[in-house]
Amino acid sequence: MKFFSASQEKLREMPIDMRQFLIFIKKEFYHITRDKWTMAVLLLLPILMLLLFGYAITTEVKNTRLAVYDPSHDKATEAIINKLQANDYFILSQILTEPNEIEKVFQEGDIGLVIVFGERFYENIMHTGEAQIQLITDGTDPNTATTLTNYAMNIISSYRLEILTTNNIPFQIVPNIKLLYNPQMKGAFNFVPGVMGMILMLICAMMTSISIAREKEMGTMEILLVSPMKPIFIILSKAVPYFVISIVNLTTILLISVFIMGVPIAGSFFWLITLSLIYIFLSLALGLLISAIVDSQLIALLISGMALMIPIIFLSGMMFPVENMPIGLRIISEILPAKWYIVAVKNLMIKGLGFSSIINELLMLSGMTIFFLAISLKKFKIRLE
Amino acid sequence: MKAISVNNIYRNYGDVEALIDISFEVEQGEIFGIIGPDGAGKTTLFRILTTLLLADKGSATVDGCDVIKDFKLIRNRVGYMPGRFSLYLDLTVEENLNFFATVFNTTIEENYYLIEDIYKQLEPFKDRRASALSGGMKQKLALCCSLIHKPTVLFLDEPTTGVDPVSRKELWEMLKKLKQQGISILVSTPYMDEAEMCDRIALIQNGNFLKIDTPKNIVNQFDNILWALSSNRMYDLLNDLRNHPKIKSCYAFGDSHHITISTDNFLLNDLNIFLNEKGHKDIEISPIKASIEDCFMQLTN
Amino acid sequence: MKVISVNNLTKTFGTFTAVDNISFEVTKGEIFGFLGANGAGKTTAIRMLCGLSKPTSGTGMVAGFNIETESEKVKASIGYMSQKFSLYEDLKVWENIRLYAGIYGVPEKNISAKIDQHLQTLGFEKERETLVKALPLGWKQKLSFSIAIVHDPKIVFLDEPTGGVDPVTRRQFWELIYQAANRGITIFVTTHYMDEAEYCDRVSIMVDGKIEALDSPKNLKNKYSSKNMDEVFQRLARKASRDAD
Repeated sequence: MKFFSASQEKLREMPIDMRQFLIFIKKEFYHITRDKWTMAVLLLLPILMLLLFGYAITTEVKNTRLAVYDPSHDKATEAIINKLQANDYFILSQILTEPNEIEKVFQEGDIGLVIVFGERFYENIMHTGEAQIQLITDGTDPNTATTLTNYAMNIISSYRLEILTTNNIPFQIVPNIKLLYNPQMKGAFNFVPGVMGMILMLICAMMTSISIAREKEMGTMEILLVSPMKPIFIILSKAVPYFVISIVNLTTILLISVFIMGVPIAGSFFWLITLSLIYIFLSLALGLLISAIVDSQLIALLISGMALMIPIIFLSGMMFPVENMPIGLRIISEILPAKWYIVAVKNLMIKGLGFSSIINELLMLSGMTIFFLAISLKKFKIRLE
Repeated sequence: MKAISVNNIYRNYGDVEALIDISFEVEQGEIFGIIGPDGAGKTTLFRILTTLLLADKGSATVDGCDVIKDFKLIRNRVGYMPGRFSLYLDLTVEENLNFFATVFNTTIEENYYLIEDIYKQLEPFKDRRASALSGGMKQKLALCCSLIHKPTVLFLDEPTTGVDPVSRKELWEMLKKLKQQGISILVSTPYMDEAEMCDRIALIQNGNFLKIDTPKNIVNQFDNILWALSSNRMYDLLNDLRNHPKIKSCYAFGDSHHITISTDNFLLNDLNIFLNEKGHKDIEISPIKASIEDCFMQLTN
Repeated sequence: MKVISVNNLTKTFGTFTAVDNISFEVTKGEIFGFLGANGAGKTTAIRMLCGLSKPTSGTGMVAGFNIETESEKVKASIGYMSQKFSLYEDLKVWENIRLYAGIYGVPEKNISAKIDQHLQTLGFEKERETLVKALPLGWKQKLSFSIAIVHDPKIVFLDEPTGGVDPVTRRQFWELIYQAANRGITIFVTTHYMDEAEYCDRVSIMVDGKIEALDSPKNLKNKYSSKNMDEVFQRLARKASRDAD
């Protein structure tokens, strides 16, 4: 018949398990390709997410309005103000004459950052080696505030560096880790690993568990169980199509990152792929585990959404720094597979570090994969309950 | 060897007892009907016998294999059509059939003679997605899929529910042919009038078997006097009959009402007079033989 | 008085004619059986009559309103009950009645009397506080019917209301239908139980989108010299040549 067409004879010679496995996978691809909307979402989602995080929701701050209170008015303060103005991040919008104006300009809402210089600024640098400078931002948005102060600090310390070198005096610089590896402060650099961690988990865990739950809901699982097909094959052949889609998505993400967003793959490409494959297997194992527990598509969706997606977004360090969170949340973060994956991808892709930098993560992810696979195989039901 | 043998199967879901110590046997090549309304425990019984559920107590064999120990053997041999339509709606008729043929390690050609009669009706629509078939056609496709590997025992859970009378008749004709091929069939239905198509039936209600016998014997064992009545005002007739002290039960049965009488010394003529007094016209009363539905209602009351 | 009157009603989907030029009338208080094989076009016809789908051609009046131009008024004057009950399983019996009475716009002051009245008709006084999910299927169907007529609609559409219900409850269900018809509510019902077709005042049988026969069960049996409605149906519907829903 049409299903096998020309290759039918060859297929008939195969062991029965193999034939069942192949036709099952074929059926899965029919399900996916005939559901045009889901298919489109699966393939376009990574692109959309990358663009969204890379450009729209970026914490990159440009053209922030700056106010300055400068009682010193000397050549050091002027030089710093000029430097601040000279880049994209800040626009000097007001020179304050009274300290009590500071609160007022924040209330008016235009100003993102106020810089307050100490008195006799230049003199202090030259004589005591210590000058006072205060950076004031709106703390209601801590992420932006941190970013703004980081930018400003970076600019100020670069000035300090100039002064100290020209005067040939020993100096100290406190390096900022975040800036060191992302000197242009591009948001995309931080989000690419995050999006990878999210998309792969979404496709593998969520879609696999939903598609198995659908068989249960439709009643087809009953027929499949009452058939010679080995139950474990039913489950494994469900995972194959989503494995393929994940590989497609991984490729799309890497291509977009490198060629459109300009995020380099600084480290080992081989280890990046190996790491991602392990993470994909891990996500598939999680999907199988969820599908072993639930019977309906809705619950599969909720569990994979609540238990997998939300923690990835909030606790994996992809959007919010985990270091500032309460201890409880930090512990949860430690057991999130995505957190380990994202850290390792950052090390490989952006920091350009070698294999030795991701050994911990690699071991952790492999361990988790074996753990989840073991539970889901143990939990897998050969009957309806 | 019996096709199916069930010994004191008991199963509950929390407080609800779905099956209470059920025992029965199905002979080789027999059509055995489980007749009863929704919620009587039919589906639970089917799932236990097809190895999908475990009974809390009792034992059962299908085709000589134990439903717990030899579940793999059973899964290789039997055909099962669950109650709700359970094929892939986004696959075509032919793709569905081919998929199940391969899963059951066979091809459509190999056992085509078994499904030929039904599949001929489906053939004009073979490239149509299953979702676009009518209820009757879907059931025919599901039957084909459960037959494609020539099972020794066929389990059909409510194959005719929601199916129109014509398609229902066709499905039953099909089952008769399968029986001739030596396939044993366990079939459930809520339609009492289908009971006579079975060799033997079990009437089931609230997890209990009320009776197991041939349809003929069950009908013959009906031990009440049964009359069928009609008049020009059928709804009033129903109420008038219910209020008569000597009438034990009265139910509407299509174009007539069926009543059972509590004493022997109540004559057809007495009833005629009573109804005339109530103002009924065109009164027709005749003693009749019970149907399975009459028996079911007598057994459940 | 005509509660439904349909003239040359047709519905096509692409090249497929689901409902093919049907015409009929239903009078007030009548129990009208709308029979047909799976795929004959019953569901499509009922959707048009309920104002849920627009006819391709032809006209229809239901409860005095045009099904094409006044579909909202049609919806407000009919009741509808399908095989899949529309009850809220996690609400109590009386809460379900209360809810639907509210939805269908029964005046607030009448609602509590309505609840009592319906519970009494159903013989459900003891089940007032029971959660719907704890009721047997047949009881749920009876409750669904009661709710479908809670706003005293002119006509109620019942789509296979008794599928799978046990024989005794199935008869009790039909007694509810009789009572409603006696109160002047028109009943429009589909069923696959041919003995139930006998309970109808008139029966129509659809084959391939057309109404092949329409008369009282008695006249139909005479006309096709059959001993029951099942035979009549088999004779007419065997002619069907197409398959679609």
